[in-house]
Amino acid sequence: MVPLNAYLIVAAGLFSIGMFAALARRNVIAILMGVELMLNAVNINLVAFWRFLTPATEASSGLKVGMSGQAFAAFVFVVAAAEVAVGLALIISMYRNRRTVIAEDVDTLRY
Amino acid sequence: MQNIDLIQWIAFVILSILVLGGGLLVVTDRNLFHGALWLLVSLFGVAGLFVMLSAPFLAAVQVLVYMGAIVILIIFAIMLTRRMMGIRESVNARWPIGLVMSALAFLVVSFILTLASSSQLLAYPANVAVQPDSLINFGKALVDTNQYALPFELASLLLTAALIGSIVIAREDG
Repeated sequence: MVPLNAYLIVAAGLFSIGMFAALARRNVIAILMGVELMLNAVNINLVAFWRFLTPATEASSGLKVGMSGQAFAAFVFVVAAAEVAVGLALIISMYRNRRTVIAEDVDTLRY
Repeated sequence: MQNIDLIQWIAFVILSILVLGGGLLVVTDRNLFHGALWLLVSLFGVAGLFVMLSAPFLAAVQVLVYMGAIVILIIFAIMLTRRMMGIRESVNARWPIGLVMSALAFLVVSFILTLASSSQLLAYPANVAVQPDSLINFGKALVDTNQYALPFELASLLLTAALIGSIVIAREDG
């Protein structure tokens, strides 16, 4: 069995890659893809901790396993889908109005 | 037993290479369209890791929702903003700071993990109580009022709100 640590290190690597994309890329769609990578890293962590550390509770009908890790991962899926839908609508609206998808060109709120 | 262990390690290494290599190419590829295709590779690796963690339902959802829907949406957005695809400079002026920050985050986390690997918590054996039929438990937990029924319903509300919101935002005469 591959130990928990190995999964956590892979997830940390994926999170760092996504973080670099979110911090350094100029194109808004590339930043969004970085956010997707980070959400996936979190999902790996949730499922790995669920697999290794969920306590089994003794129910009346035998051993029952808690489902918190998988349930949280499923809700992360939902949030990611909603985030991508709204984010891409924003990008298309921005492209239509400003003719750009570069994050630095849309800085009206900065000053 | 030793044989199964070896096969699991080989599968894990291959999937990790898919996940991390795909992720790196998403970030470094200057062509955004190729980046979206590499994102597919990375997400497929994550689905494989879910299978290895005995969560086959999440792996199926990963393939359906992430690879089937989200990446297609991203490719749609890339196509609709096609005039911007020819940009040469893909990273901003402060990218070294971002590189240092993310490398530091990875190094700190992996350092702590190697420190903790000998401790009680992370040397914990895989949970033997996780059975293949845990999918039934999962389905029951999502609609159980004592567990996740409320978040489950809220998720549908969130998806409806996101659907309406994105239509309103992206409308032609908005």
